[in-house]
Amino acid sequence: MERILTKNVGKPNSQDIEVYSGGGGYKALEKALGMKPEDVIAEVKKSKLVGRGGAAFPAGLKWEFTRRESAETKFIVCNADEGEPGTFKDRGILLNDPHLLLEALVIGGYAIGTSKGFIYIRGEYYREIETVEKAVEQAKAKGYLGNNILGSDFSFNVQLYKGAGAYVCGEETALLESMEGSRGCPDCRPPFPAQSGFLGKPTAVNNVETLCNIPAIMTNGGDWYSRIGSPDSPGPKLFCLSGQVNKPGVYELPMGITLRELIENHGEGVKGEFKAALPGGVSSSLLTNLDTKLDYRSVAKAGSMLGSGAVIVINKDTSIIDVAKNTIDFFAHESCGKCSVCREGTRRAREILTRFSNGGGKAEELDLLLELGEVMYDTACCGLGQAAMNATASAIRLFGKEFEQKVRK
Amino acid sequence: MGISVWRTKVDAIMESCGKSKEALLPCLETVQEMCGYIPQEAITYLRENLDVPSIDIYGVITFYGMLTTKEQGKYVIRICDSLPCHLNKSDGVLGIIENELGIKAGETSAERRFTLEVVPCLGLCDKAPAMMINDKIYENLTDGSIKEVIAELKR
Amino acid sequence: MVTLTINGEQITVPEGTSIMRAAKQVHVDIPHLCYLEMLEPEYHCRICVVEIEGEPRLAPSCVRQVSEGMKVQTNSARVRRARRMIVELLLANHHIDCPTCERNQTCELLKLAFELGVKEIRFEGEKPHYELDKTSPTIIRDPNKCVLCGRCVRVCHDVQTVSVIGFVNRGLETMVSTFLENGLGNVECANCGQCIHVCPVGAIKEKSAVDEVWAVLADPEKHVVVQEAPAVRAALGEELGLPAGTLVTGRMHAALRRLGFNAVFDTNFSADLTIMEEGSELVKRVKDGGVLPQITSCSPGWIKFMEHFYPDLIPNVSTCKSPQQMFGALSKTYYVEKAGIDPARIVSVSIMPCTAKKFEAQRPEMADSGFQDVDYVLTTRELSRMIKEAGINFASLPDEPAEELMGLYSGAATIFGATGGVMEAALRTAYKLVTGKELEKLDIMPVRGLDGVKTATVNMDGLEVKVAVAHGLGNARKVLDEVREGKSPYHFIEIMACPGGCAGGGGQPISFDLVLRGIRGQVLHNEDKGLPYRKSHDNPSIKKVYEDYLKEPLGEKSHHLLHTKYTRREVV
Repeated sequence: MERILTKNVGKPNSQDIEVYSGGGGYKALEKALGMKPEDVIAEVKKSKLVGRGGAAFPAGLKWEFTRRESAETKFIVCNADEGEPGTFKDRGILLNDPHLLLEALVIGGYAIGTSKGFIYIRGEYYREIETVEKAVEQAKAKGYLGNNILGSDFSFNVQLYKGAGAYVCGEETALLESMEGSRGCPDCRPPFPAQSGFLGKPTAVNNVETLCNIPAIMTNGGDWYSRIGSPDSPGPKLFCLSGQVNKPGVYELPMGITLRELIENHGEGVKGEFKAALPGGVSSSLLTNLDTKLDYRSVAKAGSMLGSGAVIVINKDTSIIDVAKNTIDFFAHESCGKCSVCREGTRRAREILTRFSNGGGKAEELDLLLELGEVMYDTACCGLGQAAMNATASAIRLFGKEFEQKVRK
Repeated sequence: MGISVWRTKVDAIMESCGKSKEALLPCLETVQEMCGYIPQEAITYLRENLDVPSIDIYGVITFYGMLTTKEQGKYVIRICDSLPCHLNKSDGVLGIIENELGIKAGETSAERRFTLEVVPCLGLCDKAPAMMINDKIYENLTDGSIKEVIAELKR
Repeated sequence: MVTLTINGEQITVPEGTSIMRAAKQVHVDIPHLCYLEMLEPEYHCRICVVEIEGEPRLAPSCVRQVSEGMKVQTNSARVRRARRMIVELLLANHHIDCPTCERNQTCELLKLAFELGVKEIRFEGEKPHYELDKTSPTIIRDPNKCVLCGRCVRVCHDVQTVSVIGFVNRGLETMVSTFLENGLGNVECANCGQCIHVCPVGAIKEKSAVDEVWAVLADPEKHVVVQEAPAVRAALGEELGLPAGTLVTGRMHAALRRLGFNAVFDTNFSADLTIMEEGSELVKRVKDGGVLPQITSCSPGWIKFMEHFYPDLIPNVSTCKSPQQMFGALSKTYYVEKAGIDPARIVSVSIMPCTAKKFEAQRPEMADSGFQDVDYVLTTRELSRMIKEAGINFASLPDEPAEELMGLYSGAATIFGATGGVMEAALRTAYKLVTGKELEKLDIMPVRGLDGVKTATVNMDGLEVKVAVAHGLGNARKVLDEVREGKSPYHFIEIMACPGGCAGGGGQPISFDLVLRGIRGQVLHNEDKGLPYRKSHDNPSIKKVYEDYLKEPLGEKSHHLLHTKYTRREVV
């Protein structure tokens, strides 16, 4: 498969605008500016591109909804608050190919009809922030940002916002709250950001990786893109492989490759014997079938969630209770605390799993955890709370014996 | 810390973002970066200029892991213990550093030289176990490499 | 209009209606905790979730709007299980000491646990161990009982616009606190106590003086004197088995006697006194070109708010003390002279609908009698508990009057407890002072009622006196900002810190219902109508105190005992 997202990675000085445009960069923008915004959106819809941040919402539709709103002021925001454990793909793009993102962002702004774009980067990504800031200056100097871009009537500016250490701000409504100067607690949806987002205005929030597909779609057309990889979730995917695997890293591969292919052909195999994998970071359920196809539908059918494609591999020497506890520790730490069920649910789940870790578990607490997981899915305000118990619940279902061994006699 | 240290930069942010709540997070981050924490004078200044109640500003500061009203060590060590790092022995990393510095996670050492924190995923999962010290990244840590880094900073 | 189905029943409601509101049409009150009418819904508790056909998860009905063709189930097994588990989780993190908790009669969490059929708390683990916030002389916060519903934060920010409490920290460490966690006593808290009314549990309560008052009542050396604010008589019955809207003046006095108070007087006497002093002050400002508009000063919540946020308006605020404090000063000077008692033996107690009065009583300047003018303040709630503790069958008590010396009052005094009451009372007397004639139409309707800001113009022999009334500090700001900008058209402004006026004070029976507060106010207007004297200057006890003691309004003795100064306070 021809590389789209990582095609510039590895080129010396790939962050430089000269290298980027030398390799054909900003031509897609030129093409888009010659089209009607509605036609730009139509191509994205044709491509069937869905969000790569985890929610997998059709990107074209999101832009269309935002464009349709009658407000005068709108915004486009790039969500670069990558925080899911096991995800490190956006960092690679920000560090190595920032212009790819910028070009996409300008196209997006043109499509939805706004001249104001934001990039919200997590605060710990110091090098990446610096790189993007430099890229913005370069783009401004060359006229790809600012007034009358490439001689058109379209003007567009980018402002950077930095995160300050809160995973929950990767949730789009929490991200917008954070930008507005509030605590980063998610909002109720509906209304969606496309209708009422930043400062109450229609806002399209897109993940870094999602946006980086746009220039190629503009250049080669939506139909071309829709034929890459798996038919119902087409396109390339940046899979992040980590955990107990020999060659962790980011791999650009078509959607639909199997877990086995990813781990063995690209990751050079498991360190030890394979036990299970989390396909979508700690927010997903465990998979034990290596032949599961990694696309949204197949993973969902297997009882899990592909999410951002953060594949974490676990070997047989690892206690699954330890894994479950680590995931719950994460969510307990990162819960925003606003909604009762996530805050109190992660608090108690952590206590129960700690008891099991120490050999003092109670048998009835396993059913209690499963029930808690269902209630949290049903009632938590945002994806964090809804998914927090996924890994634990799947651990209990798939590796119940391990838990039973830790029940206090 | 003198008000003049951060005031110019904060004024510049308010100039470009406008004197409203959207400027709050960038202003707080600037003060944090320049002072290593957020002093009360800064909160008062922001309250007056952005018209945001102090409790709201305090609520924002305490929400985020990278903002604090307490003075921190010269070197803030952040060790990741999320799953990929955990599976690659991040608690070993913590153990070594606690030993070398004589402080536990969440504490600041004497003379405010080191602050030690355990943090969630830093996005360095393919180079696990990993940590950050201030804005520098340390990846693929081994017992030896960790001790070297700490020894260097202790000098 | 939108047509939808709730629990199988089809209804039509206006667009923008929440599912929770719509459900009332099918006779369903969806269980909830953090939702409160009059406050923006914030969906913290998730208890109000409902099932919507076609959606994978449950939805919060407090904030979710209806849509055409929506099919909602409010009480499916899935919904009921979720609600129960959430209450279980909240209880697991709550200090459960119901038998000794002051709110056990009005606790919404206890009610939910009962009504939702919670049979056990299966989550065992750590309980919170926060320190109580006891820094304020009026209000105590107990974070160990807090359910993080955010109602107190919303009322403090959005309704009262004081903004001193808020959420701090994140996740499991989230709590409601003050700036730098320094405590209510160290920030701009106005002591209005509205947070107490909206709190669904026992996490916020007033600092109680009940034990101290029992002790002085039992001390034979002490001569305990009591005064009761007008709003108390309009609400006390609610705590003692009587329906809302019952005036209990006589039984209130009777109960106080039976509790052992040595002299039962009435704050309404000094409310009339306040009118004499303040009315004279207003006329003087108008005649002498003094600072206008004059703003009332009997609401201590408003006064502290002003000292923090509008200290530049101190010249506008009347120098009159509140009726409570005027009474206190006289109880240890005028009264002791008349009764021949050693003032050192006097303990002056007040019964107030207000929490801020506790702060007011301990202000250092409130000691013009040579002693602390008011020793203890009990809220309406605290008094009701003492009555219950004494086993007094309140409803069956006979009506008894207060002692006339400092207990006889006019209708103008009693309406102080309703928003607009002070204004109306003042106008009745000011009219006489300006024109020399008696005002004929004593019921000044434009200043009555529950609108946030009310205005009126009263013609006093050609002088068009313009007045404004605001209740709730958020509404107060609207009028005050105008004054600050020099654009205020008014001569006289009444400000009450609490929505509904004193009828909704922080010490009243727990309720944030503005309609109920309006009913309590109406009770006072009805009392006014039936009284022999309806103007402060007609009150014989008032004539007597001036004749025998004070000589004249704004005179030297008045100046010394009945007027005060204010303190500029910081905003942190």
